[in-house]
Amino acid sequence: MAGLAATLGRGAMSNPLEDMDKPDVIFCIGTNMTEAHPVAATRLKKAQARGATLIVADPRQIPLARRADLHLPLRVGTDVALLGAMAHVIVREGLVDEAFVAERTEGFERLRDHVASFTPEWAESITGVAAADIERAAIAYGRAERGAIYYTLGITEHICGVDNVQSLCNLVLLTGNIGRPGTGINPMRGQNNIQGAGDAGALPNNYPGFQPVTDPNNQAKFERAWGVRVDLEKGMTKVRALERAGEKIFAMLICGENTVVSDPDADHCRRALESLEHLVVIDLFLTETAELADVVLPASSWGETDGVFTNTERRPQRVRAAIAPPGEARPEWWIVSQLARRLGAEGFEYESAAEVFDELCSLSPTYGGLSWELVAEGRHHWPVPEAGHPGTPVLHIGEFPRGRGLFATPSFRDPAEVTDEEYPVWLTTGRRLAHYHTRTMSGRSAGPEFLVPEEVVEVHPADVTAWGLADGENALLSSRRGSVVVRVAADDTSPRGTVFSSFSFSDVPVNVLTGSGYDPVTDTAELKVCPVRIEPA
Amino acid sequence: MTSPAEHRLLLDGESVSFREGETLFELARRHGDAVPSLCFDDRLEPLGACRLCVVEVEGQARPVASCTTQAADGMVVRTMTEALERHRKALCDLVVSENPAGATIDPLRGSASQELAALAVRYEADGGRFAGARSGASRTDDPNPMILRDYDHCISCYRCVRVCSEQQGDDAITVGGRGFATRITTEFEGPLADSACTFCGQCVQTCPTGALADRRALRHADAPGELAATRSVCPYCGVGCSLDILTKGERIVGVQPAFDGPANEGALCVKGQFAWEWVQHPDRLATPLVREDGELVEASWDEALDRAADGFREAARAHGREAVYAVASGRAPHESAYTIQKLVRTCFQSNHVDNCSRA
Repeated sequence: MAGLAATLGRGAMSNPLEDMDKPDVIFCIGTNMTEAHPVAATRLKKAQARGATLIVADPRQIPLARRADLHLPLRVGTDVALLGAMAHVIVREGLVDEAFVAERTEGFERLRDHVASFTPEWAESITGVAAADIERAAIAYGRAERGAIYYTLGITEHICGVDNVQSLCNLVLLTGNIGRPGTGINPMRGQNNIQGAGDAGALPNNYPGFQPVTDPNNQAKFERAWGVRVDLEKGMTKVRALERAGEKIFAMLICGENTVVSDPDADHCRRALESLEHLVVIDLFLTETAELADVVLPASSWGETDGVFTNTERRPQRVRAAIAPPGEARPEWWIVSQLARRLGAEGFEYESAAEVFDELCSLSPTYGGLSWELVAEGRHHWPVPEAGHPGTPVLHIGEFPRGRGLFATPSFRDPAEVTDEEYPVWLTTGRRLAHYHTRTMSGRSAGPEFLVPEEVVEVHPADVTAWGLADGENALLSSRRGSVVVRVAADDTSPRGTVFSSFSFSDVPVNVLTGSGYDPVTDTAELKVCPVRIEPA
Repeated sequence: MTSPAEHRLLLDGESVSFREGETLFELARRHGDAVPSLCFDDRLEPLGACRLCVVEVEGQARPVASCTTQAADGMVVRTMTEALERHRKALCDLVVSENPAGATIDPLRGSASQELAALAVRYEADGGRFAGARSGASRTDDPNPMILRDYDHCISCYRCVRVCSEQQGDDAITVGGRGFATRITTEFEGPLADSACTFCGQCVQTCPTGALADRRALRHADAPGELAATRSVCPYCGVGCSLDILTKGERIVGVQPAFDGPANEGALCVKGQFAWEWVQHPDRLATPLVREDGELVEASWDEALDRAADGFREAARAHGREAVYAVASGRAPHESAYTIQKLVRTCFQSNHVDNCSRA
């Protein structure tokens, strides 16, 4: 999100989901949408059935790639090279929207010079994608009347995540594919309310509504609202906080996250949490993370809690309690408010979720025109700056929040770790349709367990033979951080030399292996690239 | 006066306007919703297969399927003549004869499962002279725990096949055979798990007879209590599909998609549709826990909250207010994230808060 915020001024999906039916060229990169966002993917399938061209860049032959009109099977972690070459071709072929570039962007000349050497042949040598296919993709997108880009964690979970996003932004700004229906740059958010958690201010750099904490005006605003002065300094990201656990951070409240299974470098993460003097976990289950806590507080869950989720297209919608929670479980807002009051805070006398949400709306420019009552209709896309505002389905019409769109000039660099003699295989991680994250939910449901009862590592059939493995037998997968034993599945979804696994199963804790590096701007972990060794176990 | 651009025709004696491209079925539905159908689903291309929606158009020798006939200027259309209703009753008898006598269809089978049953009541259809011969055999051999394939109830309306192709884009199921041998099947006739099926459940939710049914929900068919629906949003990915949580008393018994959901328009995926049992799983935490002598033991809320607060206060006292950190959830509602960041910022005056989006 930081990548988009820097170049456009707003880090969110630019266009609504209903726009997915409208493009004539769709470019999906680093998104396994049929498995991670299955219902959104049905819209892409329909667009394609109506004649849209689907271009998919992904190292693996994911279902979306098998459907694509053009699949660009790039080597993991080489997106900047691929996208730089696409920009090169768009400039070379005269497909730049010059009026748009002149009116709405800055830094074009710098970018033009920057990409001059990024020929498709150069990119082929890095990405492994045929130069001719890179050209075809760039020309198709460059010529599109309505070109739309969709991406997810395959773009951001790299040490160069921000570079990747800004490389995509460059394609958008070169061709003017933004600010209109059926266009845009669209990061699909992975969790039901991850957009909302950021909207609500659970970020170390922003108050609610993406108001920077470093701005004294914002500090003054929240001081008036809450009656206390807050630091002008940004807080640490979670990644840094875990790194500094036991040195700088000594107490932690973790809500609804199974950190020791979902986070990279799981052994390090466990040690970090164990080094705290005080750990409080709010959750639905006694997760692997909750087992480490000093205090575990039981929350009411989906189906038991009134509240608001904001989906990936910036649409806040109401969730409703249908049944009572088990035993003494309570809504998180109640638990946190009780805790805050015990810590001497004022302003936590809430009696309902509605009161909390309305307070958020009163302090957030993106939610300024919304209320608990209004979100029940679920028809607004934020920003909704004031009462009566119809909402903003399409961002960036006419102008970017930062004024002009900025061309950044990212250069390709290797992942944090590259394959070598000791770790000669690329591991990339991701999702499976039937399961969700660490399976605290889907693993306790019969359907997903029937479909995917255990984790496997997908290995190309030719590599299974070449590496002395056997389909269905166990293998030992090792990285510089640790090892896991996992069953081998011969599968040609991944190319030779690259293996795939999800992190959903705690008995195959794949994140013991990952965690080679972090994006320097966002601290997002490089979960998509990890050199490993694989041998029979 | 009617404007020159306006299109009009005569519907059951009344002059009505229609939109360019509107079918007679859609038009009739806007004016009374009395024309029956079994193969129609708003989201699908009309098929004209069930013939229940036939209407009389003056100048046409035979009744036409209203779902596949576009309205035209000056048409004279009759939807409710005695002859049409007689024809519809005969068709209903024929269709009902496909079904086991006296079978009641539990509404937990699926969103549209009551459509045929409702028509059978309307037309007092009981199979009549067609009773006996049947097509379609249930696939009791399919072990998947999600989709019941009870083809004894199948009437070959093909809504399942069409929704799988047109809406879901998976083309996992198809029509095999002809006449009485007609059946809904997969590419190699095997169980769904061996096909391209992704278990999205869209076929279940469009089936008008309950032949395809929600097995997770049906386990609760005999549970006591009124069936109630609560509109909510799916708890899994960021698409934000609207759905109804089905309950009987204090028990969740199923999920059905919201057909007016802005993000999903009636679609769900395998998780949203079938993976809700975790909510009332026995593993759910029901009591606060505190660590005593290395073990987590049950505690009262007061005790647990005091312990939680004491620990934070002590850490801040010993190491400074910046020693406390909080991680909010991307799974919980806004009110959770909002109160957590407010707690950190008001109790510890720092910005040491994040959510789980970086890993």
